[in-house]
Amino acid sequence: MSTEYEAVIGLEIHVQLSTRTKMFCGCELSFGDDPNIHTCPICLAHPGVLPVPNKEAIFYALQIGAALGCELSPVSTFDRKNYFYPDNPKAYQITQAARPFAVNGRLGDVRIHHAHLEEDAAKTIHTGGSGRIEGSDASLVDFNRGGTPLVEIVTEPDLRSGAQVREWGQLLRATIKQLGVSDVNMEEGSLRCDANISIRPVGSDELGTKTELKNMNSFRFIERGIEAEIARQKEIVAGGGEVVQETLHFDPATGELHSLRSKEEAHDYRYLPEPDLVPVVPTREMLDEARNSLPELPAERAARYEGMGVSEQAALLLAFETEWAEFFEGVLAAGDGIEPRVAANWVTGEFAAELRRQEDQPLAETKVEPAALATLIGLVSAKKISHGAGKTVLEEMVAEGADPEAVVAEKGLEQISDSGELEKIVLQAIEDNPKPADQVRNGNEKAIGALVGAVMKATQGRADGGEVNRLLRRHLGL
Amino acid sequence: MEHSELLAAGGAATAELIASGDVSSEEVLEFWLGRAGADALNAYLWTADADSARRGVAAEGPFAGVPLAIKDIFCTEGVPTTAASRMLGNYVPPYTATAVARVSGAGMPMLGKTNMDEFAMGSSNENSAFGPSLNPWDRERVPGGSSGGSAAVVAGGLAPWALGTDTGGSIRQPAGFCGIVGLKPTYGSVSRFGMIAFASSLDQCGPLTRNVTDAALLLNVLQGRDEMDSTSVGIEGGVKAPSAERLDGLRFGVPRGLLGEGIEAGVLARFEDTLTRIADLGGTVVDIELPHAGHAISAYYVLAPAEASTNLSRYDGVRYGLRASDEDLLSMYEVTREEGFGAEVKRRIMLGTYALSSGYYDAYYGRAQRVRTRIVEDFDNAFDQVDFVVTPTSPTVAFKLGEKTEDPWTMYQSDLFTVPMSLAGIPAISIPAGLAEPDGGGPELPVGFQIAAPAFSEQKLLEASFALENTIGFDGSPALEGGVK
Repeated sequence: MSTEYEAVIGLEIHVQLSTRTKMFCGCELSFGDDPNIHTCPICLAHPGVLPVPNKEAIFYALQIGAALGCELSPVSTFDRKNYFYPDNPKAYQITQAARPFAVNGRLGDVRIHHAHLEEDAAKTIHTGGSGRIEGSDASLVDFNRGGTPLVEIVTEPDLRSGAQVREWGQLLRATIKQLGVSDVNMEEGSLRCDANISIRPVGSDELGTKTELKNMNSFRFIERGIEAEIARQKEIVAGGGEVVQETLHFDPATGELHSLRSKEEAHDYRYLPEPDLVPVVPTREMLDEARNSLPELPAERAARYEGMGVSEQAALLLAFETEWAEFFEGVLAAGDGIEPRVAANWVTGEFAAELRRQEDQPLAETKVEPAALATLIGLVSAKKISHGAGKTVLEEMVAEGADPEAVVAEKGLEQISDSGELEKIVLQAIEDNPKPADQVRNGNEKAIGALVGAVMKATQGRADGGEVNRLLRRHLGL
Repeated sequence: MEHSELLAAGGAATAELIASGDVSSEEVLEFWLGRAGADALNAYLWTADADSARRGVAAEGPFAGVPLAIKDIFCTEGVPTTAASRMLGNYVPPYTATAVARVSGAGMPMLGKTNMDEFAMGSSNENSAFGPSLNPWDRERVPGGSSGGSAAVVAGGLAPWALGTDTGGSIRQPAGFCGIVGLKPTYGSVSRFGMIAFASSLDQCGPLTRNVTDAALLLNVLQGRDEMDSTSVGIEGGVKAPSAERLDGLRFGVPRGLLGEGIEAGVLARFEDTLTRIADLGGTVVDIELPHAGHAISAYYVLAPAEASTNLSRYDGVRYGLRASDEDLLSMYEVTREEGFGAEVKRRIMLGTYALSSGYYDAYYGRAQRVRTRIVEDFDNAFDQVDFVVTPTSPTVAFKLGEKTEDPWTMYQSDLFTVPMSLAGIPAISIPAGLAEPDGGGPELPVGFQIAAPAFSEQKLLEASFALENTIGFDGSPALEGGVK
């Protein structure tokens, strides 16, 4: 009988902070500007310069630590991590190795080992060849990004699958976005994720040899990369081999894993305490403010929505996307006595689908006011218009920002409330469609759909589906 | 105004001459630029003209028109700054060090940038990529290091005063060798921003001057909290010109355990003379223990190279300075650093890299840090019993060029008495204690007397030094003409 293996995964997540200036100098942060315009002697590592820590970055970091449920260190210190590369102008990165600013946290079901502050590297571009430095014609360095404040979050190895990493990663991203301390945009690199992956026999407490999967720019790719790596490790072990410690890159286009460097090629970073900086000792007030300034975070928000009767799926969707949650709350506030469950379904269902259908409009640019959507939902709930008519109105609203009541009036979409009138249309539909009518009478209930369709067509969707069904069944002797 | 009077005047005396109208600041600058231009000691690596000397310098200020020389380790915008290294042979900084900005703000024109050991690594100035500076008392001898050029110009009549830096003795030892005053202030009292780093936790800027009063006044200009240097704090209340005449009630501790072998007889004799003068002025001399100070050199030569190995990693050929190859990335790094750095710098980078390597960190760097902590405690304990700790500044007088270059360990022993104070971060001064013959004979040369005090007690240190200076009555004038041909 073969051994069952499970994956053990820990993450290292880099979050670029959206402070006004860099971590250790006064240069402004930027994205997409002309190269090397946001630089100074300090971030270019001229002889004699010294770093001065960015207080705003320290405060943002403390907020992240608090949001991750960490203990905030009363004293944290900076260290130098030494390695030569053109994107690293001092040839050392200032980071926190020995005493990070936050330790022992938890987000969802994943424990946080620690979070530390550091500075980002510059950007290198290798022209000609493969885009890697080997074989390129020239290497260009853009120091605009160099020195951007980063918080690195290191989890315990509590994750077990690619899907779990994706879901947890989305929770983390939503949580940090909610704090407003980072753009958390993976394509632009303001959120970057590395995964340490090993496998072990189910039930074992030991950790196997791990590999590191580097820097993927979406959680979907991370999920796929991790699954591919787990499969690779299982195959190696099944074939009697041993996993080798190495750093890997996942190519989402081909689904292949490439080795970037082996353990033998690993750097010796020669860490030492950064003598140019004094320890970070946040004041009581700063720590309190970091904790007290936390907004409602996604996990709490999802729980609150569920408590209001919103389905779990809709609650998570809303809670993870701050602007959607704000829109939803706007609908609730505007709608008098509107049911949260119904409102949530409209926002995350019909409304979201209509935005996607109409050129994938971002929510931020929609012409639909939360109050207008609340009016629409009210019309449907009160059965003034049918659900189908509601979708027609929504189409106009998304396209033109139309007022729902005006659209209803203009298009004559008001639901047929006169049951005598509806009954006439139902009888006509039975007469016009004898074949499905007979099938229903003979016990094929599914055939009723064709008759419902005929009534809806005749009423231009103005009939209440439930009422149509009831009338059809009655007249067909069910 | 007689030029001999200007030549003999230190910084404060020159300011008085200008203030009294005896001489104009233009005449003063012209005189000193002429002297600097006639440098026969290879003490300047760059000299100013009348325009560049005054660029960015305040017209008013406590020392308006009193020029000074600046060690070539301080970045000066638009003026070459080499740290006496081929690596920075073509480097012109885009910014100015805080210490330089402070002296400019006080009205002091810059005469030039002075020679030094490459990246401040050395005790003789022989590690300069541009040839050693010479001692104005005897041009066959070294001026000491690493601030050898700054000491030579002040002693040799090429500048009234100068800025230097001290990491393990780099102000005090050359001051002692050249018969002038050199003060290493408390770590953190003067901003390090713009001072090219050797060992960041030890480097400190300080004055090299003709007398103790000048040291106090120049320190007062330099010191102060700088927001560009997180480790700077300044000296509370500043520093005033000292006026003490007596040493009544003050206790001076002598760490006899340190004064063992290797000290020249003449050096020891001047040291003992000075102890007698302390007693004459009412002070008390007692023996003290610094039990771990004997390990200071060993700890220092782990810690300083470790920091240096990372501080000097930025010289990679990418952004400024020498780029000796652009074949590929690795050869750019290797050839640039091979050609750009001198032998001593490479030796220390290797030492420091090794000491920080994975698996060796605790045995070397960690252990050296623990020794440093013990030495700090040794001084804390000593200062419970005494006001000052005193030693000779160096075990020998200025040695001959080439005498120690083949033996780094012997060269490192030059810093035997100065390194413990650096590790403890406390202020220490070297004042001239007279002349002595070197072992083996020859003309008499200056001997330095070192006084160390608790952190941030510069004023007290300067008062005691001032009283001693008056009673010693050292005459540095024989060297004043030694700087020009």
